[in-house]
Amino acid sequence: MKTIVRLTLMEAVRRRILWAFLGLTVVIALLTAWGFSVLIDSAQRHGVNDAQIEVGVSQILILLAFMFSFVLAMSAAFLGAPSISSEVESGVLLAVLARPLRRSELILGRWLGLAIIVVGYTAVAGLFELGVTKLVTDYLPPQPVPAVAYLAGQAIVLLTISVLLSTRLPGIAAGAICVVLFGLSWMAGVMGGIAAALNLPEVASLANGARYLLPLDGLWKGTVFSLEPPSIALLGQLVGGRGGQAVSANPFFATSGPAPAYLLYVALWVAAVLGLAIFSFRRREI
Amino acid sequence: MTDATAIETRELAKRYKETIALAGLTMTVPRGEVFGFLGPNGAGKTTAVKLLLGLARPTGGQGVVLGAPLGDLASRRRIGYLPELFRYQSWLRAREVLAAHCELAGVPSDRWAGQISSVLELVGLTDRAGDRVGSFSKGMQQRLGIAVALLGDPEVVFLDEPTSALDPVGRADVRALIHHLRERAVTVFLNSHLLGEVERVCDRVAIVDRGRVIVEGRIDELLGSRSVRIRVTEFDGKAEASLGRFGPLTIEGDWLTIRPVEAERVPDIVATIVAGGGRVHAVEPGRATLEDRFLALLQIEEALEAAKP
Repeated sequence: MKTIVRLTLMEAVRRRILWAFLGLTVVIALLTAWGFSVLIDSAQRHGVNDAQIEVGVSQILILLAFMFSFVLAMSAAFLGAPSISSEVESGVLLAVLARPLRRSELILGRWLGLAIIVVGYTAVAGLFELGVTKLVTDYLPPQPVPAVAYLAGQAIVLLTISVLLSTRLPGIAAGAICVVLFGLSWMAGVMGGIAAALNLPEVASLANGARYLLPLDGLWKGTVFSLEPPSIALLGQLVGGRGGQAVSANPFFATSGPAPAYLLYVALWVAAVLGLAIFSFRRREI
Repeated sequence: MTDATAIETRELAKRYKETIALAGLTMTVPRGEVFGFLGPNGAGKTTAVKLLLGLARPTGGQGVVLGAPLGDLASRRRIGYLPELFRYQSWLRAREVLAAHCELAGVPSDRWAGQISSVLELVGLTDRAGDRVGSFSKGMQQRLGIAVALLGDPEVVFLDEPTSALDPVGRADVRALIHHLRERAVTVFLNSHLLGEVERVCDRVAIVDRGRVIVEGRIDELLGSRSVRIRVTEFDGKAEASLGRFGPLTIEGDWLTIRPVEAERVPDIVATIVAGGGRVHAVEPGRATLEDRFLALLQIEEALEAAKP
């Protein structure tokens, strides 16, 4: 399996995928640093107080994180989507699978290699962006590492489903399905929140089902919760009841992080989908 | 199945929904022989190889390769494979492709360098070992594929159309390589529709059509008897009778044909004609080619198929 992991990492470096990602990250971080400095200068000149500036910066940071989560999810999906199918189509796997290599080792090796790339990139890019923000605005979110970890978790979820689809579908089809699933899951999260706020239990349970089918929404809320200043979470808790739910329905606010049981569910979901990918690929004829 | 058998199949079959790719393959490939697996396009040759390697699952019958059931993981260490349609990772260097396959084949790491140099030398790619595979021509990729198949000192090598992308020099190289493998007692399973190639390198052949072996045997047995055609002038009928002892004689104008005839008796035949006063203008030893036999067998198969109610 380690041969497959190594080949996957090597491919990302040789095909300049990593360099493209890192180059873009530097450009985005520099642009946001410039944007933040302009914003703060202007706010201070107009007499906006520090607490208000902190909330503003955290909201922009959450918006940036949303954009980053989208880029990450798409990157994970498009790395995973052709990971098996393209090598079946090109015949690369004919010689590889004629070796004493289990199909499960191939799937796990590809997944692990891509997961290392995605998590590594998320960590470097996410922490770099937070570091630049701290330097320019002096705002450091309360939980920077969990924020990045939840982002990486979303990417892993998308990567895993794309590897499963790649065992059966061509890369383009698998990638397109992942994009749609990402959008649907995000919408389900918003719908679920609104349904809870408006006390519509049928809609809420339907939306919750969709949220668990592809567990992205809870991780996104974890990112938001980790990035916003404690005052926002406190606000939600103070409002309480239906009002608190209304605050939570907004995808850019969160009054609490994901529960440990939810995180355990996500880990089991990833393991189960990987198991399904192995089962599917074992039955595929090359 | 004995230790002397490398590959054995019994009614091995593969069906894809309504399509029968292999109708029931029964054959035996002895160890150390070069076995040609011939057939027209779509006859089921590549399907058979994939079944033997465990890349596809049979829908019927059974098979054994190197004493293990088809697809057995451990026995794959002793098998080399050149696929028909394949590509290696274009972003890897040739040496890196070979190193990856050494690792996958379970070759101990202290033997990689020696193995890689040796196979690169055999296929004539030593000078290009450091180049990216993406810059290789189709012929060079084919050579690299053969090198990959030879890593790990396999006991059986499956070559699926190994000369299809090669120029005449490359084809001659592959023939030399197969002879080299035979000398090392490696069993070679050669899938090909290039009959001239097969005739020159194989000990045994099986001809497959519509997923079935229609004939299997040693090349010599399949090609049948030899003949000789001689153009003679100034040779009288009495002298012609003296040639009867060499074999059945037919005469067409100046041409005499004796079939069957033992090849080593041809000089005696010429000497007899000259002693009888004949003037010899041309001597053409002949034999049915594999292509003649192949086409004849396929025609018979088609006729039998057409005659079915």
